[in-house]
Amino acid sequence: MNRRDTLKALGLAAAAGGALMLDSCGTKEAKKDAATAAEQLPGVTDIEHERNSKLAEEQFFTTHELATIGVLADIIIPADDVSGSATDAGVPDFIEFMVKDIPSYQTPIRGGLKWLDVQCQRRYGNAFAKCEAAQQLQLVDEIAYPAKAKPEMVRGVSFFNLMRDLTASGFFTSEIGVKDIGYVGNKPGVWDGVPEDVLEAHGFKSAWG
Amino acid sequence: MISFQIKTNPTEYDAIVVGSGAGGGMTGYVLANAGLNVLMLEAGPFFDPAKDAMQLRWPWESPRRGAGTVRPFGDFDAAYGGWVLDGEPYTHVPGTSFDWFRARMLGGRTNHWGRISLRMGPDDFKPTDGITDEWPISYDEVKPYYDRVDRMIGIYGTVEGIRNEPDGIFMKPPKPRLNELYIKRGAERAGVPVIAGRGSVLTEALPDVEGRGTCFYCGQCGRSCRVYADFSSSSCLVMPAMKTGNLTVIDNAMVREVLTDSEGRAKGVSYVDTRDLQEHEVRGKLVVLGASACESARLMLNSKSAAHPGGLGNSSGLVGRYLHDSTGASAGGFLPQLLDRKRYNEDGVGSVHIYSPWWGDNQKLNFPRGYHIEYGGGLHMPSYGFTNWVPGVNHMVPTRDGGQREQGGYGASLKDDYRRFYGASVGMAGRGTALARYDNYCEIDPTRVDKYGIPVLRFHYKWANEEIAQAKHMQETFREILHEMGAIVPGAMPGPESSYGLEAPGKIIHEGGTTRMGDDPKKSVLNKWGQSHDCNNVFVVDAGPFVQQGDKNLTWTILALSMRTADYILEQRNKLNIG
Repeated sequence: MNRRDTLKALGLAAAAGGALMLDSCGTKEAKKDAATAAEQLPGVTDIEHERNSKLAEEQFFTTHELATIGVLADIIIPADDVSGSATDAGVPDFIEFMVKDIPSYQTPIRGGLKWLDVQCQRRYGNAFAKCEAAQQLQLVDEIAYPAKAKPEMVRGVSFFNLMRDLTASGFFTSEIGVKDIGYVGNKPGVWDGVPEDVLEAHGFKSAWG
Repeated sequence: MISFQIKTNPTEYDAIVVGSGAGGGMTGYVLANAGLNVLMLEAGPFFDPAKDAMQLRWPWESPRRGAGTVRPFGDFDAAYGGWVLDGEPYTHVPGTSFDWFRARMLGGRTNHWGRISLRMGPDDFKPTDGITDEWPISYDEVKPYYDRVDRMIGIYGTVEGIRNEPDGIFMKPPKPRLNELYIKRGAERAGVPVIAGRGSVLTEALPDVEGRGTCFYCGQCGRSCRVYADFSSSSCLVMPAMKTGNLTVIDNAMVREVLTDSEGRAKGVSYVDTRDLQEHEVRGKLVVLGASACESARLMLNSKSAAHPGGLGNSSGLVGRYLHDSTGASAGGFLPQLLDRKRYNEDGVGSVHIYSPWWGDNQKLNFPRGYHIEYGGGLHMPSYGFTNWVPGVNHMVPTRDGGQREQGGYGASLKDDYRRFYGASVGMAGRGTALARYDNYCEIDPTRVDKYGIPVLRFHYKWANEEIAQAKHMQETFREILHEMGAIVPGAMPGPESSYGLEAPGKIIHEGGTTRMGDDPKKSVLNKWGQSHDCNNVFVVDAGPFVQQGDKNLTWTILALSMRTADYILEQRNKLNIG
């Protein structure tokens, strides 16, 4: 029995069916639709829905800032042989929403993006997004490793830490990210303890250890 | 234009119940099933988990991916409310702290609670430590009610025969997850017992109970359950009671005051409709307060009259006093043995699979009473922030090919680290007995009102040496367990500067004690049945009557005591003593 049939058997299809159909493609456009949450899900209060809709309509980042976020996000989470990249998963739109949802992120990110551009302008004569890939990575290398970063790069480090967390959050909570990380729950089933082969591999004699 | 005319309901109800959580829900259920005409008032909207639960939603269905910006436990959590409510402030005496969580919805906080269902034991009702106060009732007097609650609502667990951790009537418990097997092994090596969890989740069909499904193991009890397989007051008590035809629920009704007659007896309540701000009055032969410990105390203190100059039922001056939450502290790390672990669905139940009941010998300790430990971790559904810990620790273990890597990073190797570390974290949290003290209290702030014009609470709460010593013991124990299970723990143990990571009062959401029961009307607010000493047709059925909590999460005891109070109400009515 597939998931839809299982849900139907449980009488949950009507409630969960629409949700399961959302975002089946995982493209940027689909993510945008999900993020604006045009549909008010059952259980979401009117006040919550109004807040979500209002935030989705506002625009915080400029086109240039969003492009820079996209470049950085794909440096943090690139496509590989398992799954697509951060921008494939709609991460820039997610970050755009989050800085409106949590306004204390606004200045660190906007300021961090500016800091990054100023660094690149001085070094390479161009804004970060317009630098060559090798130049971008050269700079990222100096802010991506907190323990070995030089003192003058500390501002870049804290900015990158925040960008890294938001990018990973946005990616691994997207449909392609959830599939990538291998989460296979969130569906009706039966839990009967750790599977036999796993118990054995970890040296446990029985389901209760 | 808002009319300032107060609308009066012509019906005189047999009972008015304020609040629809565990306490109000149970009394409403028992009284309605006994044929009384009952009115229940709930400050929030109607909530039916079958329709309104966010169960089985995916993280991307929330624009903030489940972050806690709007709801403190995230977008998918069932609670409408939090520690801060718009237009409903509370204040503090300077230098003290208390965080007050309120859920405004049918069923209250039972919609999102952890379903951890522990009985208080003989030594919790009659402590032997010489410091904490004893109850006017014993475990043996409450046991029959715990038994009835077990049968009526359903609970899983294992019979263990531990003296102060009384067994119930249990369904089969869920088996441990992989990280929990490591925890169990490590804890036992550290001398800490681990037993099966005890939770109000139907792992089997409940005999003679209709309309509730059994658990299908999504692990999402905190979102409330569409098939009613866990305990929420909304699904298990209030809605079934409505089906009797004897219980009427008015939602969005914020009660302002309990109304009394010239002799000081309750005759009804006044409330404001939170949507149109219309004022209402309803009459009842008796009033049952189950609005939550602090909200019920607030209501009593705000109900002043010639007969009750210090507030309804407050001749002792103790309403609001002895406020106490549970203590809480936590620690965590990750298990290198679980890196690159095999993927499978281990959602399990949304309550605890295992826990450690208190094991210590207080003769050797510098604090009374104790705490239990709840455990977490595993291959849970991704949500906002769940990967944040990885870049901070990815240098602490060798890479797959035995190499060394720098902390942090980016790109393909970092992306792979997120996969590698997923499901390898373990966490543990202590929940302990905080002392019920006269000096920790809530009172009416003389200067402030909420948006409905109702005077607000002002809190005065400070931890003392006993709670801090307990938190230190928790942290030391957590370190031992983590060490024995082979976990890597980033960061140092919290020290005295943070009171050993002791959470602020109110953060554990176990507050009680504000209308304590007792035999002496000068030293207690209620008698041992939860009935006001001063006003015999007023009862309190939330955690207010608790003299002193044990380390046992209080919902199961609220249910048992509320059922006991409801039985007493029926008995007293039959004897024509009340109503």
